[in-house]
Amino acid sequence: MDWRRSIFLIVVAIETFSILMHNCLQFVKKGQYVIELQNVAYNYGGGALLSDISLKLAPGSFHFLTGPSGAGKSTFLKLCYMELAATSGRVQVFGKDVAAMGRDEIARNRQRIGVVHQDCRFLDHLSISANVALPIRVSGRDASAEEANLKDLLSWVGLEDRADALPAELSGGERQRAALARAVIMSPDVVLADEPTGNVDWEMSKRLISLLVELNKMGKTIMIATHDLNLIRTAKSQVNARVLRISNRQLQLAGADL
Amino acid sequence: MKLDASELIALLKGDSQADKVVPPSGYTATLTLFTSAAMAFLAVFALALSLATGRLADRWASELARSSTVRISAPAGQMEAQTRAALEVLRTTTGVASAKALSQEEQRKLLEPWFGPDLPIENLPVPQLIEVIEDASGYDSDGLRLRLSAEAPGAVLDDHTRWRKPLIRAADRLRFLGVLSIFLITLATGAMITLAANAALSANAQVISVLRLVGAHDAYIARAFVRRFTLRALSGALIGVVAGMLAVAFLPGTSEAGGFLTGLGFQGWHWLLPFVIPPLAALVAFWATRTAALRRLKELT
Repeated sequence: MDWRRSIFLIVVAIETFSILMHNCLQFVKKGQYVIELQNVAYNYGGGALLSDISLKLAPGSFHFLTGPSGAGKSTFLKLCYMELAATSGRVQVFGKDVAAMGRDEIARNRQRIGVVHQDCRFLDHLSISANVALPIRVSGRDASAEEANLKDLLSWVGLEDRADALPAELSGGERQRAALARAVIMSPDVVLADEPTGNVDWEMSKRLISLLVELNKMGKTIMIATHDLNLIRTAKSQVNARVLRISNRQLQLAGADL
Repeated sequence: MKLDASELIALLKGDSQADKVVPPSGYTATLTLFTSAAMAFLAVFALALSLATGRLADRWASELARSSTVRISAPAGQMEAQTRAALEVLRTTTGVASAKALSQEEQRKLLEPWFGPDLPIENLPVPQLIEVIEDASGYDSDGLRLRLSAEAPGAVLDDHTRWRKPLIRAADRLRFLGVLSIFLITLATGAMITLAANAALSANAQVISVLRLVGAHDAYIARAFVRRFTLRALSGALIGVVAGMLAVAFLPGTSEAGGFLTGLGFQGWHWLLPFVIPPLAALVAFWATRTAALRRLKELT
């Protein structure tokens, strides 16, 4: 009977060990935050806009960012996508200190972050499909090789018929969807959206949110700055979203009040 | 500079992709083309000027150096004897090819512009002139002076150094000014292209920020502008050079008496030199635009 007991013990030991290892690896993986801010402050010429902000964005998380206009939502996002440098504190993107990154390294990391702006920011002389493919083009990859990918993406956002239109010929909702398509064409790890529903009607807002929820389910980290509480409620019914609020220069986690 | 070279090659190979991301600009393109053409046109003339003055200086130097003059001032009675003695000295001097005393008729001709045709030269104490032509090896002027002063005390040797030096200096200065002009034209082209590039960069600030947003590297953004301005400068300069060379080729021909004017132009292989200008303009444009673009991009995040 002793040998059976020994085998059982060995099996238990191996199993325990493997579970421990697995947990360990999980922990290591989780340790790599997509974006991490530590005691970050940002001052405009006049005074402090944001101060003592700390946040860790875990991979696959879904965040809303709210707050009154002028509170610094856009600035906060700009710190996340490295358009602005923090006045003090430390910003890490994909585990690297932004302050230590060169311009080319920032550019490379931006290719892993999709940004959707309220005003879309297209190149007005290029067609929608060229605009959506722009990140591929500037990354030096062959845009023609990604033709099928581009087509799929345009049909995903419902713009396959408008591929050759110029941005000015599109409606607000179409432009926002095109902007979303451009943000995700490089298959980024993070999508940051600054008031993506600012210029579109409620139906279109819901559609955009469901596209973003879909992206989140594919594993993308999402952060949406918005002051539209209805939008947040709608999203919360579909996804486990956390709500951050900026007020008085501070970032707080908004509770279950929504 | 190594980076520059590889980028220049990439640029010439053509990357119209990067080119298209910046919207086409109508009249600034024409202006750049025009300035580049005008500058190249001027550069052709500056080049022609420096080459011509260079030749002129060489010609003056060699022609004037080969002839010199001995002037004999002596009392009327000794003139004949001293002239003969001087001629004898000159004949036996190595390096002198020929020496000839000017006749009264010839001397009168020389003075005619100043005193009119009816000058009674016989009655005036006009010095006797001897024209001396050197051979290729030349003579030792100090030695000749010593021997002349021994044999003919009234003889003064003038080897034209006095005349030649300022002429050559003037020609050299003209050549220097021509080269300086080319240098200034190059700088001015660079400055104008920098201004034009800065204007283009400002006009396309929105485009640049969008490109930056979607992850474009500085080099990619710069290339879109650099390629444009380099090609514009190159084609503009080519037009200017061809126009300038045609203008030089069809300068009205002047007789030998035209002297300096006859010389203005290109001779032989010098006709190939202006073709250095377009690549030079392209290089200047490449460098100016790249510097302007990278400097401007560094100010953005």
